[in-house]
Amino acid sequence: MTDQLDQMLTRARAGRMSRREFMGRTTAMGVSAGIASALFAKVARADEPVRGGTIRVGLSGGESTNSLDPALAASPAPNITAQTWGEKLLDVTAEGDIDLRIADDLSSSPDAGEWTFRIRQGMTFHDGSPITAEDVVATYTRHTDENAQSGALGIVQGIAEMKAEGDKVVLTLESPNADLPYLLADYHLTIQPGGGFDNPAAGIGAGPYKVEEFDPGVRIRFSRFDNYFDSSIGHADAIEFLIINDNTARTAALQSGQVHMINRVDPQVAELLRSAPGVEVKQTAGRGQYCFVMHCDTPPFDNNDLRMALKLALKRGEMVEKILGGLGSPGNDFPINAAYPLFDESIPQREYDAAAAAEYYARSGHDGSPIILRTAAVAFPGAVDAANLYAASANDAGIPLQVQLEPDDGYWENVWNIEPFSASYWSGRPVQDQMYTTAYLSTADWNDTRFENAEFDELLIAARGELDLAKRKDMYSRMAYIVRDEGGFILPMFNDFVDGIRDEVKGWYTDPNSELMNYRAPVRCWLG
Amino acid sequence: MPQVLKLLVQRLALGLLLLFAVSVVIFLGVEALPGDTAQAILGQSATPLALANLRDALGLNDPPLTRYFNWLWGLLHGDLGVSLTNRQPIGPAIARRLGNTLFLASAAAAIAVPLALILGIIAARYAGRWPDKIISAVTLTTVSLPEFVAGYFVIYLLTQLIPVFQPVAMVLPGMSVWARLHALALPVIVLVLVVLAHMMRMTRAAILNVMESAYIETAELKGLSPMRIIWRHAFPNAIAPIVQVVVLNLAYLIVGVVVVEVVFSYNALGQYLIDHVTKRDLPVVQAVGMIFATAYISLNILADLVAILANPRLRHPK
Repeated sequence: MTDQLDQMLTRARAGRMSRREFMGRTTAMGVSAGIASALFAKVARADEPVRGGTIRVGLSGGESTNSLDPALAASPAPNITAQTWGEKLLDVTAEGDIDLRIADDLSSSPDAGEWTFRIRQGMTFHDGSPITAEDVVATYTRHTDENAQSGALGIVQGIAEMKAEGDKVVLTLESPNADLPYLLADYHLTIQPGGGFDNPAAGIGAGPYKVEEFDPGVRIRFSRFDNYFDSSIGHADAIEFLIINDNTARTAALQSGQVHMINRVDPQVAELLRSAPGVEVKQTAGRGQYCFVMHCDTPPFDNNDLRMALKLALKRGEMVEKILGGLGSPGNDFPINAAYPLFDESIPQREYDAAAAAEYYARSGHDGSPIILRTAAVAFPGAVDAANLYAASANDAGIPLQVQLEPDDGYWENVWNIEPFSASYWSGRPVQDQMYTTAYLSTADWNDTRFENAEFDELLIAARGELDLAKRKDMYSRMAYIVRDEGGFILPMFNDFVDGIRDEVKGWYTDPNSELMNYRAPVRCWLG
Repeated sequence: MPQVLKLLVQRLALGLLLLFAVSVVIFLGVEALPGDTAQAILGQSATPLALANLRDALGLNDPPLTRYFNWLWGLLHGDLGVSLTNRQPIGPAIARRLGNTLFLASAAAAIAVPLALILGIIAARYAGRWPDKIISAVTLTTVSLPEFVAGYFVIYLLTQLIPVFQPVAMVLPGMSVWARLHALALPVIVLVLVVLAHMMRMTRAAILNVMESAYIETAELKGLSPMRIIWRHAFPNAIAPIVQVVVLNLAYLIVGVVVVEVVFSYNALGQYLIDHVTKRDLPVVQAVGMIFATAYISLNILADLVAILANPRLRHPK
């Protein structure tokens, strides 16, 4: 109970829980109303959000080619921009719960095949028009159009029928999916007036801030939207994103106070920055993965003994230390970690074992010809060094692993998902189902390990309709073992999100969903 | 001076021809890069269906010749087209950034050119003595530093150790001229350090070259002071080679400073060009390439003209 209470106090302190919610939850836990009230007053007074000021954010990952169309968002600056002016039906909290935004109620049929969302009354878009169920349906419809090039196409494709009925949106799925609310929290699915059909890049949404100026690759400026429904969000009067792609300049801008927060602190300087005055380094364990992928259907990787030998020939701890500067955690050859709901902590960590690797290698009967691992600097930060470290430890185990450098240009088109063994990066998904569906289902476009396992596919489909969480957790655990012991996925490490903030930034909390508090730091923090 | 006019017309015609050739070369160059715009936009997330749709939408399925002439037609009508990647019109975006590029280049040139000339004259006056040696040593050191090293050095020195300037040099609408100059301070310092040596060395060499002429000896024998000899008699005759080098450096300040732009997040043309090359956004690459080529060619024409006007023999041909 103390854990829960601590968690609630933290949330209340961060201004993310209203007094009423706090009282309701704590008294439900058996805390007397008097004590609860006193507790809330104490934490709330300790760090009351301050209104006003301009929060400036220095961002890596913005280009002058960016657009305001949320369907096209695919790098940090467009993502965080969409999160600032846009609002979605639902969101995912830092704790992995569903947070109701435009929807104020949701329910599903017992088999999770049909979902009903009620639209919150009185909410408006920045242009003053009320948000209706039709807007929601139109938005999702736009994302189902191939020509919209939406990053959320894979999600909305699974919806067989969408209906607006008064203030309710009814979605019927192709096959039951208990995770649908998590999928609808995808950052592309920002609700736009009329679905954004007229002008998808208008930048008009229902989020806490309005776009004032959009100069892609340079600066994006916002002012607070006064009709926003949630008063616990949107403390600063204005927000400004400056695109500073150069690591040194971004860090210097934070140190000199030109910006209040930055994303992607370079692991090489994180330690130094920690000791700088006026600045704090925020490290968040997330779901992003730096990995090597083998095609399970292409020789020599079609032999599971060889795959196992390669998995055992990797020094994961060394990778985390040397490639991530300690800012990460070792991987275990399946794409899920503790940042996901329903993660099975009991799966044993795979370690470097030269003897076992040599044994598997001998058993595989490989002819001793070099095993080529293709990599490029663009695969992930430090990819070339990581591949060389891997080759060294594999050679120690007698495996003739050889690194081949590829040009950055065209790496994702010509090497990854084409060559049988290459370095790659995955940013993770909010729930296990989505991660596995995107890259491990035998029919997935992005099945970059050419993984085909009937038992795995069956478990994945069955788990979607399984509303009993304990049973689902068992199914996911079994799937993790299958990928870990039979798949073509070699995962040395999960990388942490490393952000930098100045001391005057208050209200920061840890959110494993993405960098900068899942892109919410500018709208949820305040300047103290 | 009909001769000069004729020369000017000739040069301009040649320049236009060159521009046309440049546009063809740029087009072929971008075509030859691996991957196309659709792949570059979709990146890791490209599926065959999405690729096909995007190619169709962007008009990438037309034959290259059609696309080239469509673009050329638009250009001749003053229409630079729409960026393939974010569907924003190219003209206004380039105009803003071109202004920033020229602003940075002028600010750097306004300091670097006079400074280089003065230092070059001083070095020539005291050739082989300590002022010459110090000037040469310092400028050669700064020109040998890669731009980004010089950039990081001034960032460290002038924003962290002595916090007088800001590391991010973005120039934004609504900033006063003073605020703009303040924001620009660090990139200007770096650019001055980079271009100074070349111009200074040329000034010094050209003047020393002239100083060996017989008429300078006459001036010396007449008892004129060394500074007066250089300023009145040597410098005017050394001006042609100096202008050539100054113009080369001006061209560099306009087209070659992308590294400095990146280090200081300065929103000018170079960064804009690189972003669009990465995405294979041909219309933008073409447009910026043409602007850079125009700058280069017209500056060179200008240098030729100055050289001619500075030389009486060319100005008054027999």
